[in-house]
Amino acid sequence: MNEPRETSHGMAASQHDGQTTAGKEAGAMLRFENVSKAFGEKQVLSDVSFAVPPGEALCILGRSGMGKSVTLKLSIALLRPDQGKIWVCGDNIASLEGAELSKVRRKIGFLFQDAALFDSLSLYNNLALPLRRLSNKSWPEVEEAVHRTLQQVGLENDGQRMPVELSGGMRKRAGLARALVLEPKVLLVDEPNSGLDRITASEIDELLLKQKTERKTTLMIVTHDIHGARRVGDTFAVLEHGRFVAYGTAKEVEQSQSETARKLISERY
Amino acid sequence: MHIEDEFSSRSNNLPRCGCIFNGNSARVWLPCCGGLVLRGLGGLDGDSVLACKGPRWRLASYLFEGELLKKSLEALGAMSLFGLRVITSAFSPPFEMAQLREQLIAAGAESWLLVFASGISLGTVMSFHTRSSLVTFGATAMIPSVQADAFFVEIGPLVAALLLAGRVGSGIGAVLANMRATEQIDAIESLSVDSFKFLVVPRVLACVIALPILTLLMDFCGLFGGFLSEHFNSHISLSLYFVRAFDDLGWSNFIPPVLKTTVFGFIIGAVSSYFGYTTNEGANGVGRAATNSVVLSSLLIILADVILIRCIFFVFPDSAI
Repeated sequence: MNEPRETSHGMAASQHDGQTTAGKEAGAMLRFENVSKAFGEKQVLSDVSFAVPPGEALCILGRSGMGKSVTLKLSIALLRPDQGKIWVCGDNIASLEGAELSKVRRKIGFLFQDAALFDSLSLYNNLALPLRRLSNKSWPEVEEAVHRTLQQVGLENDGQRMPVELSGGMRKRAGLARALVLEPKVLLVDEPNSGLDRITASEIDELLLKQKTERKTTLMIVTHDIHGARRVGDTFAVLEHGRFVAYGTAKEVEQSQSETARKLISERY
Repeated sequence: MHIEDEFSSRSNNLPRCGCIFNGNSARVWLPCCGGLVLRGLGGLDGDSVLACKGPRWRLASYLFEGELLKKSLEALGAMSLFGLRVITSAFSPPFEMAQLREQLIAAGAESWLLVFASGISLGTVMSFHTRSSLVTFGATAMIPSVQADAFFVEIGPLVAALLLAGRVGSGIGAVLANMRATEQIDAIESLSVDSFKFLVVPRVLACVIALPILTLLMDFCGLFGGFLSEHFNSHISLSLYFVRAFDDLGWSNFIPPVLKTTVFGFIIGAVSSYFGYTTNEGANGVGRAATNSVVLSSLLIILADVILIRCIFFVFPDSAI
């Protein structure tokens, strides 16, 4: 991994009850540096800074419409910040275009909230598409990689099915398989458990945990499911009105001055 | 003159509806149901609150300060840039051949039945009308020639394009808008795939390639429909009908009209893709994108037809009858 090209001067997360874990971000896989983003009059993120070290999982909590998904989309340059820098694997993704951007994006996997599988392609082709385009793998190698990834998520017998034929949980697992097929270093996950029953949600959490522990993938998860977040996450951030009102371990967030943060982490609404 | 003053001074002689322009400001008034004239309370800029005055007219609170014109020009500019991007992307690798093949099937192969049926029907109906006119002059022998001229020069290209705009244009708009709403386009981008080249360029190229072929199908089906009608009326043979049909038809009546459909195809593909690809209204945007795709591409096809016909007449003066 390349080191960030600019000297790090931030902290692991800023604007969160004054807590700092400075220095932790030195080898961070993902780092936001004074990032702001607005949509028209609405300021979604205001001068946000944080860092996620390699192999760790950051769970972003917060009420709806607080900019959690925007944070994920900024991390993969689907949106651009109005100001600030976003370092992914040592590159400021916010300033990249074209081939350079593609190169960084290959290191990132993204599980969308509703999986965002391509309707017109079978599950097998959903996974094979990025492999055929972005790797030098031969057809049998692609087939093998797709099969292996589908096996990881328990869908090895469903490769020929179309997305519309899959249940909610299967779609989510299929989306996860597609996000993992290129073996990303960073995995961005948007609401992994939304609309799923507790058992299926637990299966998804297990898959994410496996990624973190076995493959040392860095995770950034946006979630409302505190059970899953506590199981997978190392660090928790609570986003409110464009700022982190709490940041740290579950225990630290529980003791935060922010009432919203305490409610969210303990699920006492 | 200040716009309110001008309005006041003219309030007794106002037309039933109209507008006053002043610089980049414009106020529109419409007939009033209650018989009152409304006059601007605030200044010229941005205040659309209006007060009542006078017996017969109502000033609509529609103040657009040049916004409508500005927005229209912005949309036109964005669409032109979109079209330009399609052209530049079409000639740069990677070429999405698999996608193009898929779209050719969707736009071309799956549209043939519609074009075939429309061509036959239209040809038959056209022949009925032509016969009723020409029989008066004893010129029924000219029916095949008139039919061929009408179909190859104008009806075939235009009707095929409008049919494709309805069937394929709405589909492109709806599919891309749905992909945008369900984050599939974001997912493509996140996989380091250029979504524009992957989704838009093959669709536009498919329309450009498919439409001339469908136009030929429409032309011949129209001619054949005319033959069926004529055969039942005058028992003319197929060979004689086609000999008479092509007797006066030169290459200049045939090639340029077919080629102009590539422009129509580009309009259908680019306009529909523009509405679908750039929507940001979620599920609501899907229906809107489909409707806008059909409406605007149909309108632009007709406008482009007028311009292209002038161009064809300029390049091929022989084809100007």
